[in-house]
Amino acid sequence: MTEHLVDLAVIGAGPAGLAAALAAAEAGVRVAVVDAGVRPGGQFWRSPAPGAGPFRPATLHHGWHWFTSTDDRLTELAGTGRVLRLAGHHVWSVQAAGDQWAVHCVLGAEPRQHGTSAPVTVHARRLVLATGAYDRQLPFPGWDLPGVITAGGAQALLKGNLVVAGQRVIVAGTGPFLLPVADGLARHGARVAAVIEANSPLGFARFPGAVLGATGKLGEATGYAGRLLRHRVAVHHRHVVLGALGTDRLTGVLVGRLDRNGRVRAGTERQIDCDVLAVGWGFTPQLELPLQLGCATHLDVDKSLVVTVDDDQATSVAGVWAAGEATGVGGADLATVEGRIAGLAAAASLGADAVADGRPLRRRRSSLRGFASAMHQVYPIPDIVLERCSDETLVCRCEEVDAGSIRRAVVDLGATEARTVKLLARPGMGWCQGRVCGFATACLTARHTGRAVAEPDLRAFADRSIATPVPLGRLAAPLADEQPDGDGG
Amino acid sequence: MSRPREFEILFDGTPLSCRDGWTIGAALTAAGVRSWRTTRHGQRPRGLFCGIGICFDCLVTVNGQPSLRACLVPANPGDDVRTQKGPGR
Ligand code: FES
Repeated sequence: MTEHLVDLAVIGAGPAGLAAALAAAEAGVRVAVVDAGVRPGGQFWRSPAPGAGPFRPATLHHGWHWFTSTDDRLTELAGTGRVLRLAGHHVWSVQAAGDQWAVHCVLGAEPRQHGTSAPVTVHARRLVLATGAYDRQLPFPGWDLPGVITAGGAQALLKGNLVVAGQRVIVAGTGPFLLPVADGLARHGARVAAVIEANSPLGFARFPGAVLGATGKLGEATGYAGRLLRHRVAVHHRHVVLGALGTDRLTGVLVGRLDRNGRVRAGTERQIDCDVLAVGWGFTPQLELPLQLGCATHLDVDKSLVVTVDDDQATSVAGVWAAGEATGVGGADLATVEGRIAGLAAAASLGADAVADGRPLRRRRSSLRGFASAMHQVYPIPDIVLERCSDETLVCRCEEVDAGSIRRAVVDLGATEARTVKLLARPGMGWCQGRVCGFATACLTARHTGRAVAEPDLRAFADRSIATPVPLGRLAAPLADEQPDGDGG
Repeated sequence: MSRPREFEILFDGTPLSCRDGWTIGAALTAAGVRSWRTTRHGQRPRGLFCGIGICFDCLVTVNGQPSLRACLVPANPGDDVRTQKGPGR
């Protein structure tokens, strides 16, 4: 087993992690950046391998210059030994071990592929968790047909491989993130048949303060809208996908227009042909590691389970900070600001010199958070999608559990919260451990119980003792080494 | 020795062209293949869904090793990629 000893381990090399690592390293702290990705950047700045084709960052990326300059600086610092860059390291467990943290990793693009690589443990006095988020999904008829993918998946294929997901694509769901997905696909040769957005950006009119405070945020969206117009991509606001059509692969979708009350307006249902549907309903923060460590959480405005942090981005667990989507979905700009604050605070706790730009950073964070909160309110998940789930609609893709089984677990068997539903009907018990269906199952459970979705419902699908699938042989050794000091497992 | 920029992989015996740096999932998608697995209970076809290693819908057998996530595994020249049925082991 390979072991490293550093002052600070930053987990995640997306916007928040990179910002945290650089801030702490420049403050004089020895930092390890531990990331599952083969190349840095996280989901947001995912980039292709050199052989994948001609890569023009401007056609796919926002803030690319900040990313490359930060990344270059980290590489420089790696040359001096201040920074340790650990790419392709999947963290499966973090445990307290005395006054340090032990970060256990398995290696590789897909660690299951070669079950023989030596495991790596990073020992660190402080932790910054910048674990990011993935697309949030809702079940609807036909969503398991091949050709239905997540909006982030379409984006990952494009950013990471320069491959367009399909010939004729529909991008659907809700949120400003749908626009760059559609724009990227259109620029790289896909025909984007439509963007189906459940809400409308006109909703921002209700939040003038938030929009003015976050300079540039609305401009980004307007830029995408203009380019989509030039690519003749129709953006249909207040429309939803009612079903995916096809037998063994997607051939089209059924869409409908929502009326003022969020119901499908009679006579507006129509079919649009496509070979790929890229769909997303916001994001789910990746919380396995903060939950393993016992960090306090709460429900955010968008109903995501997020890590609770203080003004310094410190979590409820001493020695652990969190930044980026894990503390509330708000995009890359907010993540970098939070990351910097977390990195500086962690460095200060290790005795590094106090830093000058604390106040402006906090002001920027508060305006970006204000904008994020407005965004969540402008782009809520419409009730209609879950309301239209019939008993036959598949909810858990892994264990093939339908909405009827979840309903019966509540109505017939008396389950009152999601953890019991999970035990009775098995949603979230398969390969993905509820990463995909957890949010929907929690919401459906709450609906059938006649209450709003609550923190324990979501925690039922986010608590995992192993954060990433590990070849079985890996599990025994490190756990045995660390007892009995560790109480962080 | 440098790797070729383009090479072939086999999907259920059929050669597909692939660029260096693509994942198996990207190579299958670029070739128009949408599914390479069937589910345990309903025998339903599945392929890429999340694209980032979260959902495990894209499980595939590569060079005899089952249940690998196609969206993560980098393609290598001559890889023997096979459709996977049921739990894959
Ligand atoms: S597509 Fe979800 S794990 Fe590969």
